[in-house]
Amino acid sequence: MTDMEARHSVPDRTQGGEAAIIVEHLTKRFGDRVAFNDVSFEVGAGEVFGFLGPNGAGKTTTVRTLVTLIAPSTGTATVAGIPLLPENGSAIRSRISLMPESPGLYLRLTVTENLQCFAGLYGLDDVPGRIGRALRAVNLEDRARDLCGSLSKGLRQRVALARALLNDPAVLFLDEPTSGLDPVAIREVHDLIESLRKRGVTIFLTTHRLEEAERLCDRVAILNTTLRMIGRPDELRARLFRRSLDVRLRAPLGDPRTLFGAVSDVEQWEQTSSGYVLTVANPDRAAPVLARALVGAGADILSLGESHHSLEDVYLELIDEDVEAKSR
Amino acid sequence: MSFSWTRVGAIVHKELRDYRRNRFVIATMAAVPVVFTTLPTIQLIAADTTNKAVSLHIGLSLLYLLVIPVTMPSVVCAYSVVGEREQGTLEPLLSTPVRREEFVIAKALAALAPTLVIAYAVFGIFLAIAALLAHPVILSAIFTGSHVLVQLLFTPLLAGWAIWVGIAVSSRSTDVRVAQQLGVLGSLPPLAIVALMSLNVISESAGLAIAFAAALLVFDLLAWRVVARMFDRERLLVNRRS
Repeated sequence: MTDMEARHSVPDRTQGGEAAIIVEHLTKRFGDRVAFNDVSFEVGAGEVFGFLGPNGAGKTTTVRTLVTLIAPSTGTATVAGIPLLPENGSAIRSRISLMPESPGLYLRLTVTENLQCFAGLYGLDDVPGRIGRALRAVNLEDRARDLCGSLSKGLRQRVALARALLNDPAVLFLDEPTSGLDPVAIREVHDLIESLRKRGVTIFLTTHRLEEAERLCDRVAILNTTLRMIGRPDELRARLFRRSLDVRLRAPLGDPRTLFGAVSDVEQWEQTSSGYVLTVANPDRAAPVLARALVGAGADILSLGESHHSLEDVYLELIDEDVEAKSR
Repeated sequence: MSFSWTRVGAIVHKELRDYRRNRFVIATMAAVPVVFTTLPTIQLIAADTTNKAVSLHIGLSLLYLLVIPVTMPSVVCAYSVVGEREQGTLEPLLSTPVRREEFVIAKALAALAPTLVIAYAVFGIFLAIAALLAHPVILSAIFTGSHVLVQLLFTPLLAGWAIWVGIAVSSRSTDVRVAQQLGVLGSLPPLAIVALMSLNVISESAGLAIAFAAALLVFDLLAWRVVARMFDRERLLVNRRS
C-alpha cells in the first residue's frame, strides 16, 4: 500500500468511527484574554489530524489543555477515552505523549539516560526493550550512548520523538515538530510521522507549515481563536473555492464578454495578469466547449486547465477574512 | 493514580546524573565544604582554651559547618524548576503521569542526599582533625553538651528548610540567578536561631535543641504539602493562572 493509499484508506472519523479525542465547546481564557473559544472537534483513532493557525491562534494552548497541562475555562473533552477532568490528569497523561516544539532533552545525559528517565516516569516495564524499539523507530540505535548535547537539532528532535513513543501512546501530540529544522531534518521527521501513521498511531499535529499538513494529515482544522474550518484538505478547498478554469492566451481577447457569455457553463469570469479565470459549475464539461470557442475566435491557447487551490490558499483566505473582520 | 516511588526514583536518578556532569554543581559541592572545613578547623586549632572562650570557639566552628546544609541545597533547589523551564525540559516532564507531590519530593531528595553525604563527611573530617590537632580541652568540650547532637539533628532539618524554600522560590521565579539569591536568603532564618544557641546567646541545652528540631521537622513536613500545592502545572508553563 502506498502512502497516499494509506492516507485515503483512513475512514472519515466524523462519520461514527472510534474517536481518540472528542472536544466539545472548549474555551480557555487567561483573565480577559481568550486563548481559544468554543472549539469543538473529534479526532478518530489512527488519524493524523492537523491543527493549523497563525501565531497566537491558540494552537499550543489547545494542545496543553488536551494533555492536561492547562485547565479549560469551560467546555468538555475526552482524550484517549478518559474525560478531561482534574482528577484524571495523571491517567490521561499515562496514555498519551507530547512532543513539544522544543525537544526538551537533558543535554548532559545520554540518549539512553534521557529515555530511561521517562520510562521510569511512565512506570514502564521492559525498559531496555522499549528503549531499543523506540530508538529503532527513529533510526537512532547507533547514537544511544551519545550525550544529547552533542547531537544536532534534527537528531535531538528524533530523540524527543523516541521519548514520545516509549509508552506506546494512544494519542501522540506533536507541537510544531519541524520548527527550526533544516530541509533534510524536516524530511526525516515527515518520514517518521508517515511510519507512525502506518503503525496506526493517532497523531495530533500542530503546525503552521501548510505543505506539511497537506502532505501528512488526513484532516485539518484551522484555528484562529475560534475554529474556522475542519475537514479533509480537498473538502476545505471545495468548500471555500468555487471550481474554475485558468486560461492563458498569447494575446488578450478582443471581446471576452461575448465569447465567455456564449459558453453556457461559465458563471462568471475575470481577467488576470496572465489570462482569464472562469468560474464554472463543471470544469470537465466546460473545458472542451471553451477550447473550441477560443480556437473559433482565433485565440492562441497557451494553457487551459482547472485552477488548483492549495491548502495555503484556503488558510490565507480564512485568515484574511479574520483580519478584515477585525479591521471593520 | 497513587503516589509512585518509581516515578520519584526516575527523577532522583536523573537529577544525580545531571549533577555529576554539571560543572557548576560540582564546583559548588566542592568549594562550599572546603571553605567551611578550613575556617572552623583553623579556628579550633588556634583557639584559646580558657573556659568561656572554648565554648564560644566550638559554637562558632560548628556553626560554620551548619552553613553547608543551608547553602548547598538552596543553590541546587533554586535551579530545580526554573532551570527545567530554562532548558525547555519542564513541559515534557510535566506531560508525563508524574504527580506534583512526586515531583517536589523527588527534587527534594535529589538535593538532600548529596547534602547529607557532604555535610556529615565534612563533620567527620572536622572531628578527625580536631582529634589529631586540637587541644585536649577543646576536644573534650566538643563531645560534652549538645554540640554533636545539634550537628546531627540540625543538618537534615536545616537542609529540609533550605530545600523547600529553594523549590518554592524556583517555582515562582523566571530567572535562575534571582531564584538562587532568594533561595539562599530565605534559607537563613532558622540558621540564625541555631547560631544564637551555638553562641550561647540562647542558653543551649539538649532539651531546647530537641524542641527546636521537632518544630523544624513539623515545618519541613508541612512545607512539602505547601510547596506541592504551589507547584501548579498551568502556572509553571504560562506563568499565570486563569
